[in-house]
Amino acid sequence: MSTKLAKIEKRTAYLLILPSVLLVFSIILFPIFSNIWISFKNVELKDLRIPEPRAKKLVKSIKDNPNQIKIIYKLRNSSLIQEITNVKFKDKYPDDIEPIDLDNKCQFKSNLLKCELGNWPKKYRENLEIVFQNTNNQEISKKDIKSYKPKLSGKSQNILLTYEFTLNNFKKVIKDKAFIDLLSTTFYYTFFGTIGAIVFGILAAQMVNQKFFGRTFMRSVLLFPYVAPVVALAYTWELLLDPTSGTLNNLLINYQIIDGPINLLGQKYVTLNILGFDFKLRLALTTVIIFEIWRYFPLAFLFILARLQAVPKELYEAADVDGANPLQKFLNITLPQILAVISILFMIRFIWNFNKFEDIFLLTGGASGTRTLPINVYQQGFSIGDIGMGSAVSIVIVVFLLIFMFIYFKLLGKRADEN
Amino acid sequence: MKIKNILTYCFISSLFLFSLICIWKILVTLQGIELINFNFNKLFIFGIILCVINLLIGKKLNLNIKLILLALLFSIFDYFISLNLPFWYSLGIFLISLFFFNTIKNYDKNFLSKNHSSQKLFFNFLTLFGITLFSFVILFPFYMMLVTSFKTQALLLLNPLDFSINFAQGLPELFKSYFVVFKDYNFGRYMLTSTIVSLGTVVITLIFAIPAAYAVARLNFFGKNFLSTSILIIYLFPAIVLVIPLYTIFSQLGLRNSIEGLLIVYTATTLPVAIYMLQGYFKSIPKELEEAGIIDGQNWLGIIFKIILPLSLPAISSVALYVFMIAWNEFLFSLMFLDRPNTFTLSRAIQFLNVGAETPRQYLMAGSVVVTLPILIIFVYFEKYLVSGLTAGSVKG
Repeated sequence: MSTKLAKIEKRTAYLLILPSVLLVFSIILFPIFSNIWISFKNVELKDLRIPEPRAKKLVKSIKDNPNQIKIIYKLRNSSLIQEITNVKFKDKYPDDIEPIDLDNKCQFKSNLLKCELGNWPKKYRENLEIVFQNTNNQEISKKDIKSYKPKLSGKSQNILLTYEFTLNNFKKVIKDKAFIDLLSTTFYYTFFGTIGAIVFGILAAQMVNQKFFGRTFMRSVLLFPYVAPVVALAYTWELLLDPTSGTLNNLLINYQIIDGPINLLGQKYVTLNILGFDFKLRLALTTVIIFEIWRYFPLAFLFILARLQAVPKELYEAADVDGANPLQKFLNITLPQILAVISILFMIRFIWNFNKFEDIFLLTGGASGTRTLPINVYQQGFSIGDIGMGSAVSIVIVVFLLIFMFIYFKLLGKRADEN
Repeated sequence: MKIKNILTYCFISSLFLFSLICIWKILVTLQGIELINFNFNKLFIFGIILCVINLLIGKKLNLNIKLILLALLFSIFDYFISLNLPFWYSLGIFLISLFFFNTIKNYDKNFLSKNHSSQKLFFNFLTLFGITLFSFVILFPFYMMLVTSFKTQALLLLNPLDFSINFAQGLPELFKSYFVVFKDYNFGRYMLTSTIVSLGTVVITLIFAIPAAYAVARLNFFGKNFLSTSILIIYLFPAIVLVIPLYTIFSQLGLRNSIEGLLIVYTATTLPVAIYMLQGYFKSIPKELEEAGIIDGQNWLGIIFKIILPLSLPAISSVALYVFMIAWNEFLFSLMFLDRPNTFTLSRAIQFLNVGAETPRQYLMAGSVVVTLPILIIFVYFEKYLVSGLTAGSVKG
């Protein structure tokens, strides 16, 4: 009896999860695997269009003979690069009409014209002309004939499904002189974005954890950048930072803090002089990182606040008795309590910042030294149009991602063991 | 010890007062008023003097009288060093200094002779300063977005620092950019598309996720542990690695430029987190309730509909709100899949506006307000649910 119940339970379970598993498999897992397939192929954006045989139907009346009519089909191969094999043609006509001297490729049977047009090379064009007459010697209506549309079908090779593979994409990715720069930019962006978001998250959480007027309101306000759509925020920042009419530059010039406008999003380097040493700061990248911090510190804040509120009050009371100062309290009580949350947050944010695309794309489009790996996927795949290269870069991202995930789950497992 | 405390007190307090005044002055500048000097030296030194006076007076005077007196003194001083400014500017200065002297009323001689008082003072001021700075930095871009949408091109070029709203011009003139955006740029249609896509994603995700989450939470089957860990792993895969294969497949299947295609992708990408969030909640429902249901002769479907669903409405609403937010804000897939204006979502339409030649910025900002406002209203109204959704789903960003 119990085994029967268990069987029913099992079957129900599979039935309940099946739709989700299928959907996730086809939209998430299958594409990740097909990335590997595409990355070994030489595919470009223009290859993705499936070549189609097309026909344009022109109807012409014949002089002095209203019982006859001439139909011209303008046939062509839509593709400029691929051939179509075994093209078949089909068209329908009104009753009481038959063709005069038909091409031997074609057959006419009960109002249907069928043709075998053979193979069409790329850019192929041909005109097919057929004269029709009315069997009852009546006038042929052009309108009736035009109301039918010809149907064509043909086979073409789908470049994605062939078995030709190449290593060129990966060679190009790794040999690219900019690859090291690309990696370092990505890590620089990821690392400082993550650290910054966590540091500001801790500060904000510490603030909101104290009692003051308007605290709940403050908590909602702090989450605004995280919940608002990235498109709106990025464009607002772009206007804010604009060198000529942007608010920030105008404010700084107004207060005579700077002499001329600074193009915060369009300038790659700025030279800073600190204690007599000149050093180059990657300006646009730093601006993008600041945006990133501004947008994602709320998340760190939310997590750390939740943890802070769970810290037992007795610990602080005991510290007061011992005469600890606020800094010591923070370093010795608060920090150890939130360390676990911080390490998990760091890993999660690191993984997500590593893959962040929208923010940089909308702010700079990857120009002036802000090209990270995800931006490169887009640029290779869609700006240059080399789908294979884009896929190869995606694979590089996936490899890094798997390494990070391995570390993350190791860390998660360790935490679980400790508790 | 005491001298050190008094010095830090004066120094930090005056610095804090000055930074508050600074933020106020920036706000005043942004109302289009010409103000080019912060007068750091004078205000800072005068602030220190006032702090010392505050300490010297102590409790000899009535507290309220003392506060008003000191604040008045400060505002008059500021009035004389920064001339030709409107009355409301000085009123603001007065209120800020009132607030400030109210904050430092506790720091008397008694407090300053205690241990750690300088550190305590420092952290208290840091908190207050942090709150003001954070609110300013966070709210300012939103404020700017709103005000820019109320302006005209000429006004924006005339004085880029003028962020005042001129109510005198009448409402139709004020909301002109919105009329243009809805009428000429077809934003009504985009908004409808965005709403349909977001609500559709919520409904389909829930239909798929609730049974799956129930199975993972309650039923025993082979591969259950594997499934629940893989949900998290799948969730960590970003959209950018899916975009090229999905683009190629969707272009060949003709699913690009269609709402259906977008719905499929959005549902699939939000499904893992929805299952993850729901199963956690389902596990917390006492098992006895379902056992009672089984005894009453309910089948699995009946249990889900009659017992689990009514009990987990809060969790379902937070999942629904979170999924809605993701779908509404989504940008990458709509950029890739939609290139015909009649299928655009709001996010994609705004990006199209920005890329398209020379769209006046007030229209761009009006569009941004149109896309931002609904989500902020939903957030503020349903904050409790959304925050729990954000925390549970925060693995994604």
